[in-house]
Amino acid sequence: MSEVKDIEILIIGGGPAGLSAAAAAADLGASVLVLERDGKLGGQLVKQTHKFFGSKKQYAGDRGFQIGDLLIGTCENNSKVEVWSDTTALGIYEDGVVTAERDGKHLKIKPKKIILATGASEKMIAFPNNDMPGIFGAGAVQTLMNVHGIVPGKRVLMIGAGNIGLIVSYQLMQAGVEVAAIIEAAPAIGGYLVHASKIRRAGVPILTSHTIQEAYGKDSVEGAIICQLDDKWQAIPGTEQDLKVDVICLAVGLSPLTELCFQADCQMKYVPELSGHVPLRNDYLETTRPGLYVAGDVSGVEEASSAMVEGRLAGISAAFSLGYGKDLAPKLQAEALAELSELRSGPAGQKTLQGIRKLMDKGEALC
Amino acid sequence: MQTKETIVCRCEDITLDEIQSLIKQGYRTIDEIKRVVRAGMGPCQGRTCRMLIAQELAKAYGVPVSEVLMPTFRPTVKPVKLGTFAGGESDAENC
Repeated sequence: MSEVKDIEILIIGGGPAGLSAAAAAADLGASVLVLERDGKLGGQLVKQTHKFFGSKKQYAGDRGFQIGDLLIGTCENNSKVEVWSDTTALGIYEDGVVTAERDGKHLKIKPKKIILATGASEKMIAFPNNDMPGIFGAGAVQTLMNVHGIVPGKRVLMIGAGNIGLIVSYQLMQAGVEVAAIIEAAPAIGGYLVHASKIRRAGVPILTSHTIQEAYGKDSVEGAIICQLDDKWQAIPGTEQDLKVDVICLAVGLSPLTELCFQADCQMKYVPELSGHVPLRNDYLETTRPGLYVAGDVSGVEEASSAMVEGRLAGISAAFSLGYGKDLAPKLQAEALAELSELRSGPAGQKTLQGIRKLMDKGEALC
Repeated sequence: MQTKETIVCRCEDITLDEIQSLIKQGYRTIDEIKRVVRAGMGPCQGRTCRMLIAQELAKAYGVPVSEVLMPTFRPTVKPVKLGTFAGGESDAENC
């Protein structure tokens, strides 16, 4: 029989939320194990070359990958934090055992508390030829360029004018790739105007109320037909445009990666403001399954800044529930909660706040 | 490229036409569609197609996406080789 690994707090996911949770819980004295699917910790931070907003406490002014390195360093230097990279969590069972796979080996872990920080995955949209070579998720383009130093092509059509679409467009331009246009189905730009303005100043059109009708090409993308949408999201005939591009980049949003929440029988609810099905949880991010916490995009898609604070809050709360930080923890929890409200006080945060209210509204049906 | 296909499930190569035709035949849930054509049973385990199928079901039955029944989620989150289960346990000495 294989050993079962006993640990106080198991954190699934080594991105901004997971690493912040690990550091916070370990600082209070808890023993922590972090599972990371990738070979390297840091999650999406490793490919964020842009500077972050927010306040100094959330590393504003630093670039994403620098914040990632900082978090990785903090965890690596903490003897209470153990990291298993290249390890994918596979399941959460009724008896509390978590299974994982690494190098073809089946591993079992018995944690006292679990923090899920699995993040999100990119959404796809349905249009003719949507699986043609040359069509990328925005995250894939960022990995290709900023981690591996490879440009995806010569001329790009970006679909989606949220922050990811805008930031990746700008990074494509920095890498010398032409962005033919950014199209957005909604009538307004979703991302920060400071990003959008930079792109407009460089002469790239951002076409709102526009969608892709189809991609075309022989063996790979040679172009795309786009068109305008009316206020009922229907294509307006005669508005078609043919854009010659060799890359189509999809930045159409993210979905929380909640498979493990479903498996663990957390009560779930579909909340569009949080980008999909998310688990109900209390203020301290504990779900309806006692001892199981969520932090970061898995609890509702937001930004790395809030993911880090959520991670810290979940880490403190999980450690506190194990008896650590009796005097200190409540103060740290209050601080984290205050930071979260501050981060969400701007216009972009309103959507998240509305989503959380909807999520926790007892009157509505659950699934 | 002779035919223009709109792919919903990339892993199993299931098209939008196939999904819509199944819904017309009376399939009402993501799980039913999964069992008939394997949509959502590939390497990504439905991360790409699940909500696209949910949207199609919502459209066809005139309900909000929030009311579309989600499939059952079971371990494992990703496909794992049988050998991992068959040989993995006794080999996993110290992790």
